[in-house]
Amino acid sequence: MAEIRVENLRKEFSGFTAVQNSSFIVADGEFFVMLGPSGCGKTTTLRMIAGLELPTSGRILLDGEDVTMKRARERDIAFVFQLFALYPHMNVRKNIGFPLLTQGVPAAEIRARVDEVARLLRIDHILDRSVSGLAGGDRQRVALGRAIVRRPKCFLMDEPLGTLDSEFRDLMVHELRELHNRIGATTVYVTHDQLEAMSMADKIAVMNHGVIEQFGTPTEIYQRPATMYVADFMGSPPMNFLKFHAGLAQGDASVTIRDAQIVLPTIREDRAPAELALGVRPEHIRLDDSSKLRGQILGAEYLGTTQIVVVETAAGVVKARIPAAASVHAGEQVGLALNGPYLSLFETATGRAIATDLSKGAAHG
Amino acid sequence: MSLTTAHSVVAPTPLSKRIAGTIVILYALVSIVPLLWIFATSIKTPPDSIAYPPKVIFEPSAEGYCNLFTTRTRQTPEYISSLPPAANFCDEVTRKRNMVIAGPSNFLPRFVNSLVIAFGSTFCAVFLGTLAAYGFSRFKVPLADDLLFFILSTRMMPPIAVAVPIYLMYRELGLSDSALGMILLYTAVNVSLAVWLLKGFIDEIPREYEEAAMIDGYSRLQSFWRVVLPQATTGIAATAIFCLIFAWNEYAFAALLTSGTAQTAPPFIPTIIGEGGQDWPAVAAGTTIFLIPILVFTVLLRKQLLRGITFGAVRK
Repeated sequence: MAEIRVENLRKEFSGFTAVQNSSFIVADGEFFVMLGPSGCGKTTTLRMIAGLELPTSGRILLDGEDVTMKRARERDIAFVFQLFALYPHMNVRKNIGFPLLTQGVPAAEIRARVDEVARLLRIDHILDRSVSGLAGGDRQRVALGRAIVRRPKCFLMDEPLGTLDSEFRDLMVHELRELHNRIGATTVYVTHDQLEAMSMADKIAVMNHGVIEQFGTPTEIYQRPATMYVADFMGSPPMNFLKFHAGLAQGDASVTIRDAQIVLPTIREDRAPAELALGVRPEHIRLDDSSKLRGQILGAEYLGTTQIVVVETAAGVVKARIPAAASVHAGEQVGLALNGPYLSLFETATGRAIATDLSKGAAHG
Repeated sequence: MSLTTAHSVVAPTPLSKRIAGTIVILYALVSIVPLLWIFATSIKTPPDSIAYPPKVIFEPSAEGYCNLFTTRTRQTPEYISSLPPAANFCDEVTRKRNMVIAGPSNFLPRFVNSLVIAFGSTFCAVFLGTLAAYGFSRFKVPLADDLLFFILSTRMMPPIAVAVPIYLMYRELGLSDSALGMILLYTAVNVSLAVWLLKGFIDEIPREYEEAAMIDGYSRLQSFWRVVLPQATTGIAATAIFCLIFAWNEYAFAALLTSGTAQTAPPFIPTIIGEGGQDWPAVAAGTTIFLIPILVFTVLLRKQLLRGITFGAVRK
């Protein structure tokens, strides 16, 4: 078990920068998820922690020890690959026991530890099978088994559920988190799926173009996004942005968008007039005819317990999540009431969140 | 009736299947008849082998094989009748032709030379080729493309074009008529083919396997040995067959550079003709035995050979 500390990590490939000055700390026993679209540098960061790529600059500390330039095999970490990388010429038992073989563990102990891990993952019945005939979920468990059996300092996982079908994925998300709760090993998990990240992580780093946009708990990331990119990446449907032009003063607790005064968390900084965006999650919008913020309904998407209503306002199109029972019709004029304490403010030009009572504490990486 | 299914543009009809089958059988016959004729000749008596019209039905005889493995001297009938009774079949047929066996022929040592040189050079070419291919496949080699082209370019000229310089070089170095010299020569010719073929096979093995092994505590060499090699066996086998076939069949260099102790079977077999008349059964017997190792090797590894031929087109 170990703490992972990444300091100003940078990786350049010929001609482009994959990772720019990333810094973060994964505490001992934490489940840390790096989230971002493909090509954002999350896998490169993971491979640098593993020792499969050497950084251009920066440091990686594992339990206080500088491992930046150490070989992968000297770092005592385990890696689960996206395509599992199970050795096709070995059966399940040999695959799981393979890491122990090189450590000079006696055969009897290898056997015992493989059995123990197989029981933990409920794959003890397939130990003598060839890995080529296994179903996706079982391959996944064998790959996990090979990682766990060594009792490494930490686990690194590169989109390990990416190839499973969605039904199985939900099951494995649950299993992975449960496994983490049981063995409590520091885990770095890379994914592009925000639902996976939200349901498993203790801490999330949202990455884009080689930069960590925000580092925080799932709640922080969802409720207090540090940038418009994060706000837009998280949630389905994502956060709505109402565009307006205004100046801000510290202590203000409302903004005016097209004659509608909207109450929001107290603003903590002064701003000269600029293009701004008010961020609101779909679930924080109600239909309320008394509201001055009005728009026309374009359509609705029925989801069973709720429905998503698309409303065109003068400040932009918004999607609201309202109870499924409410009856709405396309073309109807409606008023929108926003849930004040959960609103975010952004500066459109930079995409950064403006400090308010809500965003205070939302760190920006 | 013609059928079209979702899986093929033109579904084979029974008639077209029969036509295809006939063509394949005819082709197989055309290719196999010379081999059968060689084998048949090897079990004919010398008069039968040159009979005209050629004999298809004949009484088999092992005389060709006796003549292949022995040297004989001509003797007077009186001397032959004074000898004790013939000890074995070969003695008997030799005496019928007024000859006695003088000793073993050079065929066996030449055949062993062929085995040593062909398998030795195949091993070297595949060994060096695997290491080079792995290096080119996995590491950033400076000027990799130019080096690979250079390696390939050594095959662009028929090897025999450099026969004279090699002959002179070998004479200076004392490598003429030595097994080592022939192994080096065939390795040099084969290694470019081996590098290119094996690079294709190793490129297909995902890097994740070695990366997983290296994270699991193995060195690069260990992961190469324990994870990459077992998965490259198909490619290695296919490459080995190609190298072996070349080294086994090679005639020109062998004729030029070997004449005595290191002579291989291909230049030796024609010399049998000269020993005591045109002994076609002995030549055919030598050829038949010469075919066996390559036949066994190819039949054992036929699946890999097929994959080697279609490599790149078929994925595992």
